[in-house]
Amino acid sequence: MMKCIIVDDETSARAIINHLCSQVDTLEITGEFPNAMQAIKFLNKNEVDLIFLDIHMPDFTGFDFIDTLSNPPKIILITSDKNFAIEAIEYDCIIDYLVKPVLLPRFLKAIQKTENFISTASDSEVQELDSNEITSNSKKELYVNIDRRLVKIDFESITLVQAKGDYILIKTDGKNYTVHSTLKKIEEKLSDNSFLKVHRSYIININKIIDIEDNSILIAKNIIPISRSNRPELMKRLNLL
Amino acid sequence: MSYIDAVSGGDESFKLKLISIVKEELPEEVKIYNENIGLKDFKEAAENVHKLKHKISILGLEASYEMAVNYEENLKLGDMNLREDFEAILEKMIRFINTL
Repeated sequence: MMKCIIVDDETSARAIINHLCSQVDTLEITGEFPNAMQAIKFLNKNEVDLIFLDIHMPDFTGFDFIDTLSNPPKIILITSDKNFAIEAIEYDCIIDYLVKPVLLPRFLKAIQKTENFISTASDSEVQELDSNEITSNSKKELYVNIDRRLVKIDFESITLVQAKGDYILIKTDGKNYTVHSTLKKIEEKLSDNSFLKVHRSYIININKIIDIEDNSILIAKNIIPISRSNRPELMKRLNLL
Repeated sequence: MSYIDAVSGGDESFKLKLISIVKEELPEEVKIYNENIGLKDFKEAAENVHKLKHKISILGLEASYEMAVNYEENLKLGDMNLREDFEAILEKMIRFINTL
């Protein structure tokens, strides 16, 4: 449900918009105001998702009104004037521009546009959030799905990860975990600088290296091959004397 | 009345409500317009014409709408050309709403 207000100094215009809104199940009118000042007072105490806003109002124009809002909700301009379309484009919060007199089909199109916009924005926020969580979590730990349980593995406990067909084997100080995933996927999660792919089938925790001999690494009790192409990067990452 | 019928979508109570609002609002808007024209406050009169344009469209007088647009622009420039034509429309509108 989108909470909406109507800001227009004409009673007839407010009545028409209210009537059009009443035909859309997803809209809830929480206020009607004949001027910008009253709307601002309302918005100081209440949150709304959408404002139907007239441009021509006494004292304060619709654009003046938008400029007073620090975080404006979505706005649909409703005006008798076609000449403000260019100015309207300058505002990210303005979703649509309806010219009076407004009829239901055009009104519905504007609402659909608003819903699509809000839905897309919301999806991006979730994606951004997910991405942030992965990044922050990846500095410390990783969750893997084992027998429908999400098991936390601290990065610092991981010795190495080995590719095994459609699975990966994660070896830690205490336990080994076999997970349905790929080396590429876990490599993306292990953003910590401690990890390095040393062979097409192995990612190692360079802090766990015991020694390196020719083209192999002794790490915990495992001997891991080093591929020729990955060797320079490994040597670069080591604190060589 | 075509717009009022269309926007009402068969909702008779809303149609009557809208007509009632227009009957109340229009004479008041015309009065303010006449005051501003009398004071030669063309800027304010242009704002009044702007509002009256909406009433013109609500009452379905499409042909008069464009003339009102031009008159509004004239007033912004301090030009009263089209005044008589516009005021004739206002009279026509007032007569019409009194029949509703």
